[in-house]
Amino acid sequence: MATFLGIDYATWWYLVIGACFTGYAILDGFDLGAGAVHLFLKKEESRRIALNAIGPIWDGNEVWLVIGGGALFAGFPKVYASVFSAFYIPFYLFLVALIFRAISIEFRSKEPMIWWRKMWDISYSVSSMLIAFALGLVLGNVLIGLAIDREGNYTGSTWDFVNPYSLLVGATTLALFMMHGAIYLVMKTEKRLYTRLTIIVKNTTITFAITILLLSFYTLLYVPHLSHRIKENSWLFFVPVAMVLAIANITRNISRQKYRYAFLSSSVVISLLLIIIAVELYPNLVISTIDPAYDLTVRNASSSEKSLGVMLTVAAIGVPLVAIYTTFVFWTFKGKVKLDEMSY
Amino acid sequence: MDVEILSRIQFAFTISFHYIYPPLSIGLGLNMVLMEGMFLKTGNPLFEKQTRFFTKIFALIFGVGVATGIVMEFEFGTNWATYSKYVGDVFGSALAAEGIFAFALESGFLGILLFGWNKVSPKVHFFSTIMVTLGSMFSAIWIVVANSWQQTPAGYHIVGQGLEARAEITDFWAMVFNPSSVERVIHVWIGAFLAGSFLVMSIAAYYIIKGRHLEFAKRSFVIGMSVGLLSAYAQLFSGHKAADVVADYQPAKLAAMEGHFDSSSRADMYLFGYINTRDEKTHGVAIPGGLSFLTHGDFNAPVKGLKAFKPEDRPGSLNIVFQSYHIMIAVGIAMIVLTTWAFILYRRKKLFEKKWLMHVFMWSVLLPQIGNQVGWYTAETGRQPWVVYGLLRTSDALSASVKASQVVFSLILFTLVYALLFILFLYLLNKKIQHGPEGLAEEMHSPHLEEIAENFEKHRL
Repeated sequence: MATFLGIDYATWWYLVIGACFTGYAILDGFDLGAGAVHLFLKKEESRRIALNAIGPIWDGNEVWLVIGGGALFAGFPKVYASVFSAFYIPFYLFLVALIFRAISIEFRSKEPMIWWRKMWDISYSVSSMLIAFALGLVLGNVLIGLAIDREGNYTGSTWDFVNPYSLLVGATTLALFMMHGAIYLVMKTEKRLYTRLTIIVKNTTITFAITILLLSFYTLLYVPHLSHRIKENSWLFFVPVAMVLAIANITRNISRQKYRYAFLSSSVVISLLLIIIAVELYPNLVISTIDPAYDLTVRNASSSEKSLGVMLTVAAIGVPLVAIYTTFVFWTFKGKVKLDEMSY
Repeated sequence: MDVEILSRIQFAFTISFHYIYPPLSIGLGLNMVLMEGMFLKTGNPLFEKQTRFFTKIFALIFGVGVATGIVMEFEFGTNWATYSKYVGDVFGSALAAEGIFAFALESGFLGILLFGWNKVSPKVHFFSTIMVTLGSMFSAIWIVVANSWQQTPAGYHIVGQGLEARAEITDFWAMVFNPSSVERVIHVWIGAFLAGSFLVMSIAAYYIIKGRHLEFAKRSFVIGMSVGLLSAYAQLFSGHKAADVVADYQPAKLAAMEGHFDSSSRADMYLFGYINTRDEKTHGVAIPGGLSFLTHGDFNAPVKGLKAFKPEDRPGSLNIVFQSYHIMIAVGIAMIVLTTWAFILYRRKKLFEKKWLMHVFMWSVLLPQIGNQVGWYTAETGRQPWVVYGLLRTSDALSASVKASQVVFSLILFTLVYALLFILFLYLLNKKIQHGPEGLAEEMHSPHLEEIAENFEKHRL
């Protein structure tokens, strides 16, 4: 296969998909997290400010899920087909949650009745939590491997996706996004709401620290293939060290009330978690629990060299463009949220 | 019912529901660009009011469109895994390009369009409106290119055999500019312009009937009518071009569209009718040799008929193809007649006095919606039994691991969710229309909110 800078195209595409999902986790992570902590805010005014803090940008953030999914479909169609048909029921529930979340944000402000707003508040917050949890649940299942046969068809039962490890990854993802989202909301608010949110930030950070600790122990003890590469290459130990330091830096910046740095640190934590996963899984994308010969890898599951070449060109042109105008949009809505007549 | 028919019903249902919204976004976007452009040019605040009002409507439509759009991408993987593996190499690059070039563009600038009125200058806001509209038009390009590749595959070769067979791309530009893509993209765009402009006219007509916001309504109607008139005529030519491509590349589909069976005879063009599938005859009112003339320029030229294809290679539901196609044409002609009539009356300054015509226009919002839906039914049911024409059969494209019970579950789930969504959509759309363009600034300040705001002030630290 053709290479660029000594790395083959399929591996480049593996990195592109990794970058898309990392971007998605950092960006949609904070608006999902903001949704997940929404019900902890009690006042109507507070909830409106929290909603409008993500209002103009959540849709752009969610695009990274569509792009990441499209990139997986394009680059590794076999993986896309196997994973999506294996998780039929959870993916449909996930879609319903995505739909409810989108319409809750849009519909909530359209009527002034208290019951109407409460109903959409609950729908918004619960669907945000479900999405964050489901993302972790699917990730957890992919990490431990799926019962796929020679053709990549799933042979397990419908409810196999509910297992302790995946539930723990789901809980960790939810806690991580809640912390990330709460920090974001603190940056966008002031006065009493700000004070209220700083308490939520402390609680969610503690929750995340507990879940990540449990998840790390569980992984080290029971899922050896997720630490083998770091074990074999001791210089890679700096990655988990950096992650621990970044988590420590979140708590440090929270106590200094430097929330912008706390937000940067939690973004770094998300990136490093996904880097560890990418390093440990490579070259596998999906591990078969039936026979290692059926593993879907960067080599046996990728699209053709020609197709990958075209897509890498598309990505090389498109991604900088997206980065430029995304920055412009974020810059437009910088600073604390002020409600006006066009707000939600 | 088996997994195949259930999965087909589910895909048809979810994409039909979704396709109510994107054409409205594209068409309404174009109308908003015109309105905001007029505002920048003339400084007349009426145009700003128009832009703001239709932006509110746009936000609602766009929101439902986004919420229902991601479903199909997932369905490729969940229900059509073999299809995904087969086309991923070819189809994926179009989908990836859509995400990066189109979807990211529209969603990024949408924030400024909706919430940026007080944050950016009018020119930057206008630029954002254009970018959102362009982004939604780019989306249409890539999606229709991918679908056109399924109709008229090009720029690929087949690798592997049996279960392992899949298409691999050999020439990206040949794939993008496959024989049907340009004609079909244009056809879809114009269909979207019609959807948007008929919505503008419908809302305006409603206000005129009720005697509300008259100045606003008349100006809006004229903008919608201008876009609608041009689009309705353009669609006639675009439709003819699209049918030519079908005649050249998908003869079985063309034969099904007109219920033509015998290859040796001239082909008639039906105004209306039905296909008797048992004795393979079509009954109805027809222009003798009409199809022969349109495809070959000769009323007596023979056209390849359905009997030239093995029964397993013919579209399964001939009457759906035939009726969808004829409804589409009827709707297209109705839109030409209506917009032309309105234009003539407008020139005579009598348009807004004809209350009954305003009633017709109020309901005519359904015409482009029907036309867009049945147009796609023609294209997609006419392609059967293939999912990729001549290469992959729909029955071979399913997910091996998915059971009928799972599809029943998701189908019922989505029927319920979409029914709820549609009721809410209509309710909120009606509410926005009833509220009207006046006092958008006061909208958010309900008494309840004022009270909360006061309490908030009192408890401030």
